[in-house]
Amino acid sequence: MAEPAIQVENLGKRFRLGVGTATYDTLREALARAARPGKDDRRELWALRGVDLEVERGEALGIVGPNGAGKTTLLRILARITYPTEGVARTRGIVGSLLDVGTGFHPELTGRENVFLSGAVMGMRRREIRASFDEIVEFSGVERFLDTPVKRYSSGMRLRLAFAVAAHLEPPIVVVDEVLAVGDSAFREKCMGKMAEMGRRDRTVLFVSHDLGAITRLCTRAVWLEGGNIQAEGPPRSIVSSYLERATPGRLLDIEFNAEPDAAVAVQRVSVRDGATGQVLTVPERGQPFTIEMAFEVRETIPDMRVALILVDELGVVVIDDDVRDRPFGGALSGAQGAYVVSATIPPLLRAGRYMVRTWIGNDLGDSLNRDLLTFRVGPRPDDPQEYMERTRAVQPEIEWKVRREPML
Amino acid sequence: MRHALRRVQAQVRPHLNWLEIRPPARGIPRLGLRELWTYRDLGLILALRDIQLVYRQTLLGVAWVVLQPLIAMLIFALVFGRLAHLPSDGVPYTSFALAGLTVWTFVSSAVSAAANSLVQDRDLVTKVYFPRLLAPLAAVLAATVDLFITLVLLVPVLAIDGVVPPLQVLTLPLWIVGAILLATAVGLWLAAANVLYRDVRYVLPFLLQAWLFISPVAFSSSLVSDGWKWVYNLNPAAGLIDGMRWALLDGPSPGTQLAVSVGSLFLLLVSGVVWFRAAERVFADTI
Repeated sequence: MAEPAIQVENLGKRFRLGVGTATYDTLREALARAARPGKDDRRELWALRGVDLEVERGEALGIVGPNGAGKTTLLRILARITYPTEGVARTRGIVGSLLDVGTGFHPELTGRENVFLSGAVMGMRRREIRASFDEIVEFSGVERFLDTPVKRYSSGMRLRLAFAVAAHLEPPIVVVDEVLAVGDSAFREKCMGKMAEMGRRDRTVLFVSHDLGAITRLCTRAVWLEGGNIQAEGPPRSIVSSYLERATPGRLLDIEFNAEPDAAVAVQRVSVRDGATGQVLTVPERGQPFTIEMAFEVRETIPDMRVALILVDELGVVVIDDDVRDRPFGGALSGAQGAYVVSATIPPLLRAGRYMVRTWIGNDLGDSLNRDLLTFRVGPRPDDPQEYMERTRAVQPEIEWKVRREPML
Repeated sequence: MRHALRRVQAQVRPHLNWLEIRPPARGIPRLGLRELWTYRDLGLILALRDIQLVYRQTLLGVAWVVLQPLIAMLIFALVFGRLAHLPSDGVPYTSFALAGLTVWTFVSSAVSAAANSLVQDRDLVTKVYFPRLLAPLAAVLAATVDLFITLVLLVPVLAIDGVVPPLQVLTLPLWIVGAILLATAVGLWLAAANVLYRDVRYVLPFLLQAWLFISPVAFSSSLVSDGWKWVYNLNPAAGLIDGMRWALLDGPSPGTQLAVSVGSLFLLLVSGVVWFRAAERVFADTI
């Protein structure tokens, strides 16, 4: 039963970038521009161009791509938050978001009032909210605090209430933009569960995530978006692996990032270096210890800051997910404003193949940063037989074997 | 079995409509009244929220809504009535001032609430879809509560001043509707401008003050010479306040110049809606 739920034809979105950093005009500037026509020196940027896409009802489509690839812009157009500059998109029914929970919550209002407000904001009629009110409250587990202003809720309570509202909306097309999501991992796990459940009930799901494993696990199809274009589409497994392979071989693994003046935390530089000499590598060899070094700047203090490095292989398997939690760095990694450099030495256990490095910076209350850093290839040793590349294995550490011969009994 | 099937169909049917998303068409945008109506519950709930917030966040709560026009009335009566001896069309100055203030306090508070509505609900505008017109409309709706409170306040003040409302008090609803339309028109203009240009916020208080000075709140329209009356009435607030005083205090009838006020109100409203709908296309990208 191939029945389309989303049709996208030649979709494009152009943004005008303001002069300098300001994207927000003043009346004075607009008047000055009107007085001197033709002097419009604002730059333009196509966030999305020539995108064609069709999604069938009941499909779970994963969208992968680096930051700034146009993933969020695509979802925002489908959700009618922003208009396209060219092309057409058609959706069968409204597009709702699962992760923008708590949209419309107002801290001064009580839990009860916020349920109505948030429900209405997400497209529910008052009658519908009233009908499922008890269920929502029960699901959230905050009955006792219903008449307390939400500003006195803990962040966990607020999230639970917000999610309870969102879970009771069942838009026919659901957008899950995990990249923008805040919240702890337990909460995200809950969302993933909800998402899988929606897929089973014939809801169409669009899923954006940096968790490539989740994409291969939960999606029926994937597209790879980069530079505003669809690079490839197909089964999630093959898309994820070709996405990881895009790292050009022979490139020095030392990347500087854009300044991002508005971000609370910004990564400035990431490099992969030889564990012994500290030299920047291009293709670390299997069995060679190497170090991932990351320089970042904290602009808004993060109390009890934690930093994690995550390595994902081309199958989407998280090979390493390590966090500085409980290590005695003390003041060196306090989370106060300032510049930090962390480096992590990866022991010689990776097999030859492609990997993506991701980082997470945050604390127990939530994420401050969650982004892809770079992809790289671990090369085989010169004496590795070809079959090493062909056999599937998660890791390939140096295993010490011992053999001895025994007399037969 | 069939019952269950029908239920499933009923759930699915509203989702079967295709929604088409295209680049905004050039030219005059459509009003989108039907869509506005389907989202009416959200408008109502947003207005309710605004009302609840006013009474919860302020120290004086409801008292503030009552005190604001009362204090303004007393100051006006003292400064303009007692000290400056401005004429008040033969009515005690307190009643005269309060009649004008019913329109003015409502219009100014509704306009500034509407002007800030989208910027304040930035979260909503960037995260969910809803007809953007709802935000300023809900702000105006919430402010009408103030309007009715001031109108109730009029009863004791008129009684103290010994003013008996004339027969034309029956036209009161017309002036109320006019005031709501005026607040909506100016509110729409400023709400959209406030999203597009970040200096509008700073201009707004000045704008409202200037508007107060050219409106007959503290003075009587009879001070304006006949030759200038039609220019003066281009300000819809002038016609509305004169009408309000005529209806409540048997003041001088607004006369033929009222047509000028009604005409300019209509123009302001239509252009406000058109401009808002046109500007709406870039709200989520600029806010």
